Amino acid sequence: MKLLTHNMLTSHVKGVTKGYPLLIKATEVKMNEVEFNPQFVSRMIPKLEWSALVQAADELGQRQDLPGELVPDYEKNEDFLKKVHRLLLEVEVIEGCLQCPESGREFPISRGIPNMLLSEDEA
Amino acid sequence: MASSCRRPEHTAPPEVFYNEAEAKKYSQNSRMIEIQTQMSERAVELLNLPEEQSCYLLDVGCGSGLSGDYLSEEGHYWVGVDISTAMLDVALDREVEGDLLVGDMGQGMPFRPGTFDGCISISALQWLCNADKRSHSPPKRLYTFFSSLYSSLSRGSRAVFQLYPENSEQLELITTQAMRAGFSGGMVVDYPNSSKAKKFFLCLFAGASGVLPKGLGSETSDRSVQDQVQFSGQRCRFKNMKGKSAKKGRDWILEKKERRRRQGREVRADTKYTGRQRRPHF
Repeated sequence: MKLLTHNMLTSHVKGVTKGYPLLIKATEVKMNEVEFNPQFVSRMIPKLEWSALVQAADELGQRQDLPGELVPDYEKNEDFLKKVHRLLLEVEVIEGCLQCPESGREFPISRGIPNMLLSEDEA
Repeated sequence: MASSCRRPEHTAPPEVFYNEAEAKKYSQNSRMIEIQTQMSERAVELLNLPEEQSCYLLDVGCGSGLSGDYLSEEGHYWVGVDISTAMLDVALDREVEGDLLVGDMGQGMPFRPGTFDGCISISALQWLCNADKRSHSPPKRLYTFFSSLYSSLSRGSRAVFQLYPENSEQLELITTQAMRAGFSGGMVVDYPNSSKAKKFFLCLFAGASGVLPKGLGSETSDRSVQDQVQFSGQRCRFKNMKGKSAKKGRDWILEKKERRRRQGREVRADTKYTGRQRRPHF
């Protein structure tokens, strides 16, 4: 699972109102090189929940020197875009689980695929 | 319509039907791969994405990622959701570029509002019309799916579903729930005159309503609605032929060629030689 996907994922357990951001408990993280596409990254940045991305990067120990606040004029700042690109598309959680912050429900991740299936009384 | 034993959704729930053996077909059978790729191409065309721009798309029922391969080829980034882990394992083995999730459409799409620039789904929606467990209610599951999808799409984006509807009631069930969830749009039928090449695409707009694209091979759809029936000599065309075979004339040949063209088949162009008698041989 890429952090871009994580940034968009919410918990949809019955009764949970926000369920965001999901906590990552990773046991295995892999770096996977992806071609850098500055247009796509700068298009995705306004859609991101920046604090959730920073938190996820912290949890995985991949934050490096990412600023806590979004920098202005990021479209022209290639260095910054490259950092965001690395976090969003190259860091992959292979094994571990995602935890819903409200209900505490855990969604297991195996071979890089989070299992978001709910049981019958949760749906 | 096809008898029930030919429809996979009547045999078992999707997570059971798409087991290792079935999943293997999707990575080895070249005909299946070709059809899936063709349908994905058409679905992406119907999405009407801005050109020269990488978009973030959702693939519902991505399976082994054949449709996703086409998306990656076009330079898009995608997230795939499927209920069958066997199919997702095949996708992993094929090293698809998109991110994958195990999820049930009927439980809703677990994404933040406004995430995706579009959504495609190839031959997946009809699975939602069956109740595989006692707790399942197809209209409710369809509504949950469509309403969560509506919110996860950005305004003005589209969702295109290729599906094999069983009958008109099923189509109505699907479209009613989609409209209830806030979508506008409708069905696009490609090659409506052919039983084999006919393909149904449910084309939904989130937010802004657009003009529904036309199906391929259907001239009838662009005819404007009239309030009067036009006179047509269609039924008495062979009446005054008196003993001549109806199947040999130039008119009959032209008509047959036109019919096959409407079915989307390859037909030679009409020329002055069409239907002309050959010179006599001794």
